[in-house]
Amino acid sequence: MDAVTLLTVVVLAVFVGFEVVSKVTSKLHTPLMSGANAIHGIILIGAIIVAGQTNDPLLLTVALIAVVLATANLVGGFVVTDRMLEMFRGRRKPTSAATAPVSPEGDVK
Amino acid sequence: MNILSPEITALAYLVAAICFILALKGLSSPQSARRGNLIGAAGAVLAVVTVFLSMELDNILLIVAAILVGSAVAVPIARRVQMTQMPQLVALFNGVGGGAAALVAVLELGHNEDVWVRIAIVFTMLVGAVSFAGSAVTVLKLQELITTRPILFPGLPVAMGVALLASLAACALVVITGSWTWAIALLLLGLVAGVLLVLPVGGADVPIVISLLNAFTGLAVAASGVVLGNVLLLVAGTLVGASGTILTQAMAKAMGRSVSGIMFGAFRGGSTAGSTAVSDRPVRSSSAEDVAVQLGYAQRVVIVPGYGLAVAQGQHTIAELASALEERGVDVTFGIHPVAGRMPGHMNVLLAEANVPYELLKELDEVNAEFAHTDVVLVVGANDVVNPAAKTSAGSPIYGMPILEVGQAGQVVFLKRSMRPGFAGIENELLYDPKTALLFGDAKASLTQVLGAVKAL
Repeated sequence: MDAVTLLTVVVLAVFVGFEVVSKVTSKLHTPLMSGANAIHGIILIGAIIVAGQTNDPLLLTVALIAVVLATANLVGGFVVTDRMLEMFRGRRKPTSAATAPVSPEGDVK
Repeated sequence: MNILSPEITALAYLVAAICFILALKGLSSPQSARRGNLIGAAGAVLAVVTVFLSMELDNILLIVAAILVGSAVAVPIARRVQMTQMPQLVALFNGVGGGAAALVAVLELGHNEDVWVRIAIVFTMLVGAVSFAGSAVTVLKLQELITTRPILFPGLPVAMGVALLASLAACALVVITGSWTWAIALLLLGLVAGVLLVLPVGGADVPIVISLLNAFTGLAVAASGVVLGNVLLLVAGTLVGASGTILTQAMAKAMGRSVSGIMFGAFRGGSTAGSTAVSDRPVRSSSAEDVAVQLGYAQRVVIVPGYGLAVAQGQHTIAELASALEERGVDVTFGIHPVAGRMPGHMNVLLAEANVPYELLKELDEVNAEFAHTDVVLVVGANDVVNPAAKTSAGSPIYGMPILEVGQAGQVVFLKRSMRPGFAGIENELLYDPKTALLFGDAKASLTQVLGAVKAL
């Protein structure tokens, strides 16, 4: 891929990243940290590619270590984020609008 | 296997990248957050399947075995970790991700002659190694396996400067020669730099380092995307880099300090060390029964929890107290300071775990507007985040930090262990205010007594 295309992708991704993250409610900053953390575990793709392209025992070992580490990052990150987000529950009876105070984001559906 | 055409492969990676963006977008509200995270996980699965189906790969069995090993190690940890230990876990996963990125970059060195690609390789190696070692030190500090105080030794700034210059020199040599020896030297220098970077940071500031290292790992992954010509790695890494940067800044702002002040403040001295002297000025001490009457007959109560609550494991008791007060018709909300807890947003997670509905969790600006109409504020295990010195005393270490302005409420009740000043070691004038009452004791024990007394009203 040529350099200008890569640069285009990076610049757009930076803007998307800032735009999306600045809208994250500060209540969820801990899940944001662990969720973003999980996303960079996608380096697993890179680890799989390098492990699949070498047959030198030493290099293969290093690549497989990278696969293990990246998997721990990716899978562990998504699992723990899910566990945290599962705990964020609203009122027990979300259907009764009378008891549910409207949250300031207006996100009560 | 080479089943997928390059076009289909690129499309699949695009879909995965969109899934990651949706995962972050979902976090704009607690209602959509969990679904967003699952979409992100689905994107990750799609990407991994795509890489297997789109390339001629050897060693597939070994790779799958390594993935199983990684999952078998990480999933039980992720399932069992205590919510109070979340900062350590995030740092741990961040560190291994950075390590993986650095190793991937080293292995790509043999395949690439292009100068620009080699620059991306050395960047990934250095930043990944810094992130790995820095995160390791962070985990040790947070687990209190080493001291949480800033670790300083004579010549540390010099050592840091030398490590940095030597790293840059090694980077240049790797780019020019492509030699493995220099690559390994660069990795080792990166590890040293990572350790030196985090050692001088004090315990309470460590969370900001986690956030910063998270951004570092994101950038390392983005650079590895350049190395491998993989757009998904590039986009995912950049997203994380952006989110880590924003969070780091938001957190520094919530502490009223600059990021560089937090990272390097210990060199200038007088960082987070304060007096631990106990004052003998008179305060109004109260009983559980009196506090229960104050709370039970109020119309509006705001509870301000601090990390002391989590240390005492009092989250469930305070949640019970809140619902007991609600049953009496009292309007109860929680005022959460952004840095309450050991990482940004940590207190919300701890209270959510105790089944406090998220509608009751109010952010700083929201709740500050409400204190003037609040009858009683109950401050549990928090001190610095409600200390008016942050607004009034220019020489104070916490000066400039946004605080919860509980002094505007009708009455204030502090549950405290003792009169010892808070972490920053600054006296809190609010404790001596005539409208303030103090209930001394362990947060959980005091809350249990107050809860019993409220139920008996």
